[in-house]
Amino acid sequence: MTYIAKPAVRHPGLGANDLGLHMRDYEGTISTLCAGCGHDSVTAAIIQAFYELSIPPHRIAKMSGIGCSAKTPAYFVNEAHGFNGVHGRMPALATGANAANKDLYYIGISGDGDSLSIGLGQFCHAIRRNVNMLYVLENNGVYGLTKGQFSASADVGSRSKRGVPNKSEPIDPVALALTLGATFVARGFSGDKQQLLPLLKAGLMHKGFAFLDVISPCVTFNDHVGSTKSYLYTRHHGHELVPVDFVPIRSEISASYEKGSRTSITMHDGSMVRFRKVPEDYDPTDRLSAYEHYRSLQNRGEVVTGLLYLDPGGEDMHDDNATTATPLAEMAYEDLCPGSEQMDALMEEFR
Amino acid sequence: MQPTDVGNPDYYHKVVDCQWGCPAHTNVPEYIRLIANGRYTDSFWLNRSSNVFPGILGRTCDRPCEPACRRTRVDGKPVAICRLKRVAADLRDPTDNRLPEIPVVKNGKRIALVGCGPASLTVCNDLMPLGYECTIFEALPRSGGLMRTNIPAFRLPWEVLDEEIDMILDMGVEVHYNTRIESMEELLEEGYDAIFVGTGAPKGKELNIPGRQEAADNIHIGIEWLEAVHFGHVDAIGERVLVIGVGNTAMDCCRTSKRLGGTDIKVMARKSRPYFKASPWELEDAEEELVEIVENYSPKRFVLEDGRLVGMEFELVSWHKDEESGRLKATVHDTEFLPCDDVILAIGQDNAFPWIERDIGIEFNHWDMPEVDRTTFMTTREGIFVGGDAAWGPENIIWAVEHGHQAAISIHNYCQGLSLTDDRPPQDHNLISAKMGMHEWAYSNDYNPSPRQKMKHVELVRRFEELSIEVEMGFDPEQTAHEVERCLNCDIQTHFEAKLCIECDACIDICPVHCLTITVNGDEEDLRTRLMAPAENLTQDLMVSEGLPQTGRVMVKDEDLCVHCGLCAERCPTAAWDMRKFELMIPYAGQEAACPTHV
Repeated sequence: MTYIAKPAVRHPGLGANDLGLHMRDYEGTISTLCAGCGHDSVTAAIIQAFYELSIPPHRIAKMSGIGCSAKTPAYFVNEAHGFNGVHGRMPALATGANAANKDLYYIGISGDGDSLSIGLGQFCHAIRRNVNMLYVLENNGVYGLTKGQFSASADVGSRSKRGVPNKSEPIDPVALALTLGATFVARGFSGDKQQLLPLLKAGLMHKGFAFLDVISPCVTFNDHVGSTKSYLYTRHHGHELVPVDFVPIRSEISASYEKGSRTSITMHDGSMVRFRKVPEDYDPTDRLSAYEHYRSLQNRGEVVTGLLYLDPGGEDMHDDNATTATPLAEMAYEDLCPGSEQMDALMEEFR
Repeated sequence: MQPTDVGNPDYYHKVVDCQWGCPAHTNVPEYIRLIANGRYTDSFWLNRSSNVFPGILGRTCDRPCEPACRRTRVDGKPVAICRLKRVAADLRDPTDNRLPEIPVVKNGKRIALVGCGPASLTVCNDLMPLGYECTIFEALPRSGGLMRTNIPAFRLPWEVLDEEIDMILDMGVEVHYNTRIESMEELLEEGYDAIFVGTGAPKGKELNIPGRQEAADNIHIGIEWLEAVHFGHVDAIGERVLVIGVGNTAMDCCRTSKRLGGTDIKVMARKSRPYFKASPWELEDAEEELVEIVENYSPKRFVLEDGRLVGMEFELVSWHKDEESGRLKATVHDTEFLPCDDVILAIGQDNAFPWIERDIGIEFNHWDMPEVDRTTFMTTREGIFVGGDAAWGPENIIWAVEHGHQAAISIHNYCQGLSLTDDRPPQDHNLISAKMGMHEWAYSNDYNPSPRQKMKHVELVRRFEELSIEVEMGFDPEQTAHEVERCLNCDIQTHFEAKLCIECDACIDICPVHCLTITVNGDEEDLRTRLMAPAENLTQDLMVSEGLPQTGRVMVKDEDLCVHCGLCAERCPTAAWDMRKFELMIPYAGQEAACPTHV
């Protein structure tokens, strides 16, 4: 952490986005996490993603629960809406908020403890309901706030800072999301923003539940030799299966991509996700193929990254439930609550 | 790019834009920090170690440091470096004398110096403590050279001049006033071990257009006229005055005229404002005193009636760039007559050496100037040195001081039988961590958004009452407190150890001006386009690290806009970044490079 606030100066050579806002306008308060925390890099990438997508800050809702990761919404887009809830309950909060106002961009920030231990049930049901949000899981394999105990995502054999190996099988959030039917499943690494940024952008623009697991090393309790979630381990074992670019709507298509080696998928709003390199026997729009591929690489000890599965179908919780076109939050009180006469009439029907 | 060699004193020195820009390499950030801590006396002596005349320069310096100041690039206005120097000089403890002791037993070497201006005085300042016997020959009855005769007292009070010049003369320098050296040959015969020529550029340029001779009584040469005013030979001027030329001398002439009875004063410029030679602040000060500055008027002739000057005729011109030569060319649109009582010519100065014989081994070039070596300041005749404006034409006081320092090194080496080039002591530097604790630094690292403080001036009515009323009042304590915090502490360097970096991006994410990038190495032109923010200022270096341990990429820092807030070092989990105080060690005559002993 730092005592002084980040100086209010900016590089005059950096321009503004379509809204006339500068990147620094998307910042939050200064981080109080440990120096070198992977989460801060994810925060920086989120700032850049919102800035580059020109999303108005007041159209963003930041949701979180408890944990180091859950503190981070305070560190980006100060002008956004936000809710910091109970441990593991962020998915319920996001679901409720989204039910009331479907027009906001929802971003939930969670961690391996928040999502895979206390909040595992919540996490699963948010996927099932296909809530339209980007769910970022900042995954470091330990409970940082309580001084480094193994979390549910710690790999078998990964050593704690004291040298003790973990014996419990991990819960793999990516495999979980794939099997539970998430419509967008990706994994990034906080130490590789070039890859993380398009994943964040595509996830934000995806309609439906977008899950992004980010390996985000805990620099204080899990960045040592023997850890499988350290900067060095992730760099050595990282395998970018499906590198992607996010091409926003209206932007010109650059000719610099190699022909024949890419697949493009158009998202519901017309923006596009380009897969730069897809192995021959793999189809990122086929859930079974994605799962098989993911598992086989994982068995070889590789940390698979990239956009692993995408269902561009463009449906979400509201479509499934045939809700109103106008968000509930914007309806007049009379429409939301038609009065006791109407209620009585309705009750009469069931008599 | 090759990894940057930060062991070379020049690299970090260049990051301290003000110090790099200062000819004498004054340690500006350090003296500003001393002022911030109320240590005015320490600040004064630190200043004096390199620029010799803090009080004088704090009022009159040409300030090459200020246009260079990083703060200009960050918020548009440089730190008021010059005015802070004056604060240190004004508020120091005058009883705290830290001048070196002068040996009673001399070393037997006698040095003659021609002219008692800043260059000669600096030579004496550096040589007297080594035991040299210095003798100055001055044509006028007072010391200081152009510092005294050409800078009016309302800008530079006599007491300040006397105090700082006497510090040097009181070391035991012998001064012969009213002694104009008429022949170098005769001076040589007196058997001095070395001779230093610091005669300045004392000849004002002429404007040879019709009517010049006939109207001579009312046409004055700027620097001669200022000198005459200084000595009290002139105490009045006509009501309507035209000052020809728009350099700093012109500003002194028009403002002096204003105090000698001039009411309608115009400064006539041939070109438009961007081409003016005067410093912007001097133009502002003149305009504040209601002097009119007229652009694009080219003098054509002096107009006389009954043998007396009644005005001047000007050509009204506009300027365009000539495609072929790339030079500016004038097109004349019209002519105009402007009435006046007096004209002052301030269109430049020349050197003049009628007193140096051309057959005594000093080579003169085709501008009739002595050939002077740029490093050693020696002429083609061994043992004769030239510095200040006398060397290569008019510069300013701070350049004269630096010439003096360099010439003193040469004179010392020459007198001791050392090589003037190979035995010159090299610069060195110190680099010490500024870390004091978890989030504590040995400097105030927070960015202060205060605007540049405006110098307060004596009221218009009052300042014309007497020629010697100093116009600038100096910063008050509150202004000083704000201004010192505007300094970005560029000497506290961001020092990077590649082998410690784990590439977590923390520094990159926290940098408020996006000056850091981790990327694949490339050549400079290519790297400059691939950084977090465009690195378009080619005068500012890129610092490139060794390959980083985990990925082999490199850390690149664009020095251009770094505000030295130290957040990169605070956010670095492995202390790969550290804030380190850079101290340039400057060698002076007879001394190895050392940090000034100001504390």
